[in-house]
Amino acid sequence: MTVEVSSLKELVEQASGDDRSPDTQEYFVNMGPQHPSTHGVLRLVLKLDGERVLRCIPVLGYIHRSIEKISEHMNYMNCVHLTDRMDYLSSIMNNWAVSKAVEEAAGIEVNSRIQTIRTIFAELERIQSHQLWWGVLGMDLGAFTPFLYGIRDREVLNDVMEETVGARLTMNYVLPGGLMADIHPNFVHRVKEFIKYFRPKLDEYDDLLTNNVIIQERLRNVGILSAQTAVQYGATGPVLRGSGVAFDLRKDHPYGVYDQADFEVPVGTIGDSWDRYWVRVEEMRQSLNIVEQLLDNIPPGDFLVKKLNSKIKIPEGRYYSQLETARGVLGVFIASDKKDEPYRLHYRSPNFNNLWCLEPMIKGDYIASLIGAMSSLDLVIPDIDR
Amino acid sequence: MADALLNPLSLTLSVQTSEAFAAPAMSLADRASRALESGVWGAVMYIVIGLVAVLTAVSVLGLVMSYIERKVAGHFQCRLGPMRVGPHGVLQSLADGIKLLFKEGIEPGDGDKVIFIGAPIFSITATILLLAIVPLAPGIQVVDMNVGVVYIAAVSGLGVMGILMGGWSSNNKWSLLGAMRAGAQMISYEVSLTIALLVVVLFSGTLKVSEIIESQQQGWWIWRGHGVAIVAFCLYVIASTAELNRTPFDLPEGESELTGGYHTEYSGLRFSFFFLAEFANLFVFSALAVTFFFGGWLPFHVGNYEGFNAVMDLLPPVISPMFWFGSKCALLIFVLMWFRWTFPRLRMDQLMRLEWKVLLPIGFVNLIVAATIVLTGLYFFPSAT
Amino acid sequence: MEREALQAAVCELDSAVSPLDANADRAAVVVEASALPAIVRRLRDEPRFAFAQLLDHVAVDWIDRGQFELIYQLYSFKHKHFLSVSVFVPREDPRVPTLCRVHPVAEWQEREVYDLFGVLYDDHPDLRRLFLEDDWVGFPLRKDYQDDFMLDRPR
Repeated sequence: MTVEVSSLKELVEQASGDDRSPDTQEYFVNMGPQHPSTHGVLRLVLKLDGERVLRCIPVLGYIHRSIEKISEHMNYMNCVHLTDRMDYLSSIMNNWAVSKAVEEAAGIEVNSRIQTIRTIFAELERIQSHQLWWGVLGMDLGAFTPFLYGIRDREVLNDVMEETVGARLTMNYVLPGGLMADIHPNFVHRVKEFIKYFRPKLDEYDDLLTNNVIIQERLRNVGILSAQTAVQYGATGPVLRGSGVAFDLRKDHPYGVYDQADFEVPVGTIGDSWDRYWVRVEEMRQSLNIVEQLLDNIPPGDFLVKKLNSKIKIPEGRYYSQLETARGVLGVFIASDKKDEPYRLHYRSPNFNNLWCLEPMIKGDYIASLIGAMSSLDLVIPDIDR
Repeated sequence: MADALLNPLSLTLSVQTSEAFAAPAMSLADRASRALESGVWGAVMYIVIGLVAVLTAVSVLGLVMSYIERKVAGHFQCRLGPMRVGPHGVLQSLADGIKLLFKEGIEPGDGDKVIFIGAPIFSITATILLLAIVPLAPGIQVVDMNVGVVYIAAVSGLGVMGILMGGWSSNNKWSLLGAMRAGAQMISYEVSLTIALLVVVLFSGTLKVSEIIESQQQGWWIWRGHGVAIVAFCLYVIASTAELNRTPFDLPEGESELTGGYHTEYSGLRFSFFFLAEFANLFVFSALAVTFFFGGWLPFHVGNYEGFNAVMDLLPPVISPMFWFGSKCALLIFVLMWFRWTFPRLRMDQLMRLEWKVLLPIGFVNLIVAATIVLTGLYFFPSAT
Repeated sequence: MEREALQAAVCELDSAVSPLDANADRAAVVVEASALPAIVRRLRDEPRFAFAQLLDHVAVDWIDRGQFELIYQLYSFKHKHFLSVSVFVPREDPRVPTLCRVHPVAEWQEREVYDLFGVLYDDHPDLRRLFLEDDWVGFPLRKDYQDDFMLDRPR
């Protein structure tokens, strides 16, 4: 039993030592931290033989903000506001995850109006996250137009949400014990308009990308992640469902008012990039269904259960709570020592584990496949680094 | 030697020299051959003037095409494109050009400086040489050599040299990868491109570009080629998109994969040379397609419908060739831009598979069919002669 | 399985397993460090548990007790139940066998814990810093971590 702590330098030197091919030279390339397709500051050290990826070593931490450490000096109400900087495309779901954890631990019951509004917002945010992902996937595969189509429709949705939330990216809406504000009087009407607007656009998405031969060629049988590997490598969310494991917290462990909504969980078959693509596009449709069902039945009530001061105290113990964001399971771990601040707050971010699936997926494949596979993982780097 | 080039060889098989075709009093080529005959200085003057004209054409083309490209892209993508500089942003490319002129030309420290500086010049030279053979209107052609098609095949292969040099000398692995991709891609698709052009050469029986246009007096080859020409045209469009490094074949640049590919390290004027060459090439390849398949500057005529043909001939003889050539070119360029703004990019192995396993066999079969048709004289449309 | 039943069943596996003596919101057990990989492997392989995924790995620095608590969150897709496995290691010599051979994702998660807490994982194939630079001194999430540019808390 030995423990050896190595460094990136040693690892790269060691990896460059085992060049076994007799006639070609294998070489290293830094993909990132500034690279158009890493969507942020992810750095991949690639070992290449020609264009084939032999090793892919992710190097993280370029955007680490130590949210977990900062949270140890903050009360629970304040912690919530750091979380929408993690996965900025599911910011309300991040807020909700912390709020849910605190509510469960402190025993705060919230009324069904709050839960319904939270669910609607979470689904709307899932849609806008997938819209952006769809566009970015097109851009990564060399088609620039889908990006602007995705952004165009996302703007429409952002306008709707901005009216209630007041922000467009780091939306900050859910609090332990309720919501920041009640929904805007226009909200229900405008969401209905959006649904009417967006359904035909989804068919347009299919025309532009889904049914394109080149897209199918680029995604099918590329980056195959078997169900077993996906489970072992900690994948969750659309990545896991693309591999054929029908695990969705919204169905398996319902929270919010998901048990009242009728929706399906799209599941892939072999776990290639195409399956992950299809699962996400299909999820947009299902999310529209959920929103449509819940929109007319928002029960009356307060948007905040009671006027909460910042001193929420959680009994001593360990609490773990999770919900399904647009990328997978976001877990919140709270270790409490009876104070109004968490003794330890930990976020299990879905991207952190999903990124780990990258190497088994693309080993031995081309750089271009790496880009496609990475895009199908839908990584948000600030969520990995936290 | 120049003299010999400009005199038609007797290799033409059955040149359909139509008497109805009224050439202007003296074509540029005629003037050129006269200038060449007048002595060394005449020849030098002609070459200098011709080069300056082509060089100007390249710059203007680059400006205009980049503006059009951005406008087309804008409207494809539910936005307006450049709108700020000048009315509807028409001066945008000019402003960009000026900006590029003033930008610092950065050279990578460990790069091969001579090759690095030479690469963009090489690239644009190939384009200029290619533009020299494009017949813009009757007589408006810098050189009209009797082995025009061979020349096209030879010179269009030069462009890849510039890209290879640029990628190699940048001393950047991404650039090198891009350059290697470019080399493999352009050399492969060169084959299909040439085979597609050879079909028309078989039909028209000449290698001289102006004679190929004249041979289409009775009808453009795309109609008269019995479908063989349509296949050849499709091959040509695909292969030329690959030659132009445009989406879906923009792997050498592949900015989402290779951060810009061969021109990652280029900036300022040197980058703009690559840029200009790309856009001028877009025009050149469309112009060649028009020349070979759509009758160049000839107006649209349908068989024996005299009335219809008369309407098509309404334009005065000076404007007519410009109008027809320009509109056909614009249409093809639009199609190529359409490709670019809708398709994603292929992967390298798929690209090579497409060429060597799909396009090339089709091209060869097509060529054999064309040869059979020409040999047996099985024309659907009776030839005029 | 219900929470209590699951906890009891897991505790019956081995003498190294005992129920967690603290408030927790799910079945929680404490495992001795040396027995950890074997227990987790059995939890994964035995059909009645089928804990296929290691959801999360967290460390908590209980500085008053002089211990690190390493918590493994397990999930079973088959039975849809959760289990929290805790391991206590002394702060002075935080060593625990790695779970990489059982759940490959542990390689990644353990690196994070090593990076921020300095817990050493025996037999880990690639124990490196994950977020911080390789030459960083100290482990920031420890409660006694001091740094030149740390700000004092406003009172």
